[in-house]
Amino acid sequence: MSNSRAASLTLPWRFPSVRIEAQALIPIVILTVLMLTAIFADVIAPYNPEIGTLGDRFQPPAWLTGGSTAHLLGTDHLGRDVLSRLIFGARVSMVVGFMAVIFAGVVGTVLGVLSGYLGGWVDQLIMRITDTWLALPGLTFAIFLAAIVGPSMWNIVIILALVFWTRYARVIRGEVLSLRERDFVRLAIVAGCSKRTIMRRHILPNVLNSAIVIATLMLGIVIVTEASLSFLGVGVPPPKPAWGLMLADGKKGMMAGYWWLTVLPGTCIALLVLSSNLLGDWLRVKLDPQLRQL
Amino acid sequence: MKRFVLKRIGYAVISLFLLSATIFFFVRVTGDPTTLLVEPGASRDDIEALRAQLGLDRSLLIQYVSFLSSAVRGDFGHSFYYRTPVLELYLSRLPNSLFLAVVAMTFSLVIGIPSGILAAVRVNGFWDGAGKMFTLLGLSMPQFWVGLLMILFFSVYLGWLPSSGSGTPWHVLMPAFALGWYFAAAHMRLTRSSMLEVLGSEYVKLARLKGLPEALVIAKHAFKNALIPVLTLAGINLVTMVNVAVVVETVFAWPGVGRLLYEGIAFRDFPIVQANVLLGGTMIVLVSLVVDLLYAVIDPRIRYDR
Amino acid sequence: MTGGPLLELDGLSTHYVGARGTRITRAVEDVSLTLNAGETLGIVGESGSGKTTLALSILRLLPPGARIVSGALRFEGEDLLAKSPREMQHIRGKRIAMILQDPMASLNPLFTVGDQVAEPIRVHEHASRRSAWAQARNLLGSVHIAAPERRVGEYPHQLSGGMRQRIVGAIAISCGPRLLIADEPTTSLDVTIQAQYLHLLSEIQRERGLALIFITHNLGIVARMCDTVAVMYAGRIVESGPVRRIFDAPAHPYTRALLESIPRFGEADVRLTAIDGQPPDPAALPAGCAFQPRCVKAIDRCRVERPPRFVVGAKHGAACWLCG
Repeated sequence: MSNSRAASLTLPWRFPSVRIEAQALIPIVILTVLMLTAIFADVIAPYNPEIGTLGDRFQPPAWLTGGSTAHLLGTDHLGRDVLSRLIFGARVSMVVGFMAVIFAGVVGTVLGVLSGYLGGWVDQLIMRITDTWLALPGLTFAIFLAAIVGPSMWNIVIILALVFWTRYARVIRGEVLSLRERDFVRLAIVAGCSKRTIMRRHILPNVLNSAIVIATLMLGIVIVTEASLSFLGVGVPPPKPAWGLMLADGKKGMMAGYWWLTVLPGTCIALLVLSSNLLGDWLRVKLDPQLRQL
Repeated sequence: MKRFVLKRIGYAVISLFLLSATIFFFVRVTGDPTTLLVEPGASRDDIEALRAQLGLDRSLLIQYVSFLSSAVRGDFGHSFYYRTPVLELYLSRLPNSLFLAVVAMTFSLVIGIPSGILAAVRVNGFWDGAGKMFTLLGLSMPQFWVGLLMILFFSVYLGWLPSSGSGTPWHVLMPAFALGWYFAAAHMRLTRSSMLEVLGSEYVKLARLKGLPEALVIAKHAFKNALIPVLTLAGINLVTMVNVAVVVETVFAWPGVGRLLYEGIAFRDFPIVQANVLLGGTMIVLVSLVVDLLYAVIDPRIRYDR
Repeated sequence: MTGGPLLELDGLSTHYVGARGTRITRAVEDVSLTLNAGETLGIVGESGSGKTTLALSILRLLPPGARIVSGALRFEGEDLLAKSPREMQHIRGKRIAMILQDPMASLNPLFTVGDQVAEPIRVHEHASRRSAWAQARNLLGSVHIAAPERRVGEYPHQLSGGMRQRIVGAIAISCGPRLLIADEPTTSLDVTIQAQYLHLLSEIQRERGLALIFITHNLGIVARMCDTVAVMYAGRIVESGPVRRIFDAPAHPYTRALLESIPRFGEADVRLTAIDGQPPDPAALPAGCAFQPRCVKAIDRCRVERPPRFVVGAKHGAACWLCG
């Protein structure tokens, strides 16, 4: 049994031997900063993001005329501090994003492995469902679900996971199909391992690489979807700060020239998505060149 | 060939069934769909009447069948707000969305394909590097943010372009750009990798060995083969564009089906939302079918094999 | 055409330069060959020995990162290394042609067979479409494809592997080249078809007076088809000479080992001798003779100094200290 283990592909926990180049360093730094911001939001943010003084509304950022260091990045239409809202918004985005990606990943990978390895009616069933799911436009489907169950942070996470698990299932299933024919799996079958054991000990670790790459790439899409939902008003409900929501509010002030209310939250979203895409691309090349077609 | 066509159409029909079943399932799964399907502020009697009309006491299967049969007949319910059949509403807005999508698609292909080819032919050169940067930015920046930025710059700051509504060609420029930007990057990336793969293939090698001039090798042998995956993606993306345009249409107040969806949410008009998902999904299934059939025309392997 | 040899390689070396100049792969090193009109030369070696790179070097169609770094290359007396890309393009397909290993991959799936055969004729001889297609039909007939008028309009995937390889052959001879390079042309064919194809190649060669370079790892084919043979190892030619002589009395230990590893009828009880070890990484070659780590007859000198080519017989030479 241990021989077949040795024949499996690079396991993710052998990472330390991988050189980290500049291309990966920047996104990793950005992502770490964002994560830390999210975790320590209560400590870092200067103000309460949900309460504002109406008298202070629409103050510009500190470096423009009319701005002050009291509100480094200005205030919004309710007088709330933009910087604090951005910081807490990071928490919302990161939590929702990561949770959704992880849930979708777990469901998608498990179903992909089952579908690919067991074949037969299980495969057909799961594949039909996946195809149908994929035919549903992601954002529209998410909006539809949000309209049904009502918005709340956890609902959004579940909805996003529901919408995006199929992306994993498809690819993982493909991998499993080719893994199934590999010698070390055949050896395990000949040695008498049960299907469950084979799937758990031999197939699963080998698809983890792909799952991780897909996860990093999915993070970007999930974040944008969440921001879109918030922008449209069906995301995380106010007054909790979400970057998408800030953009929606900001739009109202745009024509009057209060540009920072849209540019700043948007930049944060773009930064997060950019970093996760960069990281995903780098991981994809490092872990498995076969995935280049993604 | 005929077998292939019939088989594909069969798949499409099955997909449509599954699609409607899924939507139906989700609506009914919450237990009491009357809260969704009834106008906000309706009286008890109205609710009871709706319940009877929907036949919620009948078995799930019968409900589904009746749901399906109304859908097939074009009855998707009535909008609370507009007081018209939803299908009518959807179809009246669809041309606007299609127009926007076509313009955005044209833009994305005109930018995406040539730059992808250039990047592949001059791989690792300057154009390739610039292309990679463009791809990254294009795929990372959310479309509605690009839209907002454009409004800020071109409408508020420069005052050149109108920021909302439709009507003149000027109105479509910004929304089409915002919508198409992401897809231009996606198409460029796919064109590049497809072209690279084709350029490394044995038949291109043989074409060079035959002594064909490089221009002919690229234009004839590489180009057609490389384009197949790109066009497939583009065809499907056309419908995807219509569907993801929700946010762009909202930002620019463009009167398409995306904006309709937004109104559905804003006014708590659930029939609109439900119809949007159903019809959106249907369009995707139909377009996939068309693209597959077109594929058979371009690629002779499929034509004769199946 | 001068009276000299058709093709001459003199100390030709092709290197791949990777990782910003720090990693040099000596794919082909110091190769010297001569080929006369109408002759057949076999190039034998394991995968990675540099055979294909050598063929591509002759046609100057190397992948990016590879360069001919030294040596001379002459075809019909002309210096090929001095030719511009445009001039080389006129030579390829018209004067020197090549057949690749996998016929399914060599043919473009989106174009008809006729189109692909007529193409070089249209480009090199500026023939009209009608005339080129007519010639294509005739060519299909001369490679023994039945019903050529029908086949001409078909697509590659509609034909069998043997037929496809014949079409690749038809493409190669379409413009009347003097030299044909065949890179493992039978390796992806069924065994039953292989013999037919070799027969076809011999016939074409006879009819058109072609010189043939046959690249293969199969010594049986060499014995059957070739006049002379060159054995390659790690980018160098370790032994070369007339086929008969080399098969009867191989001078280099590698050649000997190759011959001994072929199972023969009637020797059921003799153990197959395999060569221990692996071919070396061309980017990190050992000092001295490249074969020495696997050679049973290695002496101390082999580890330190690379042997030059020693003459062992008429036109027969081997690069081994034991022959010196």
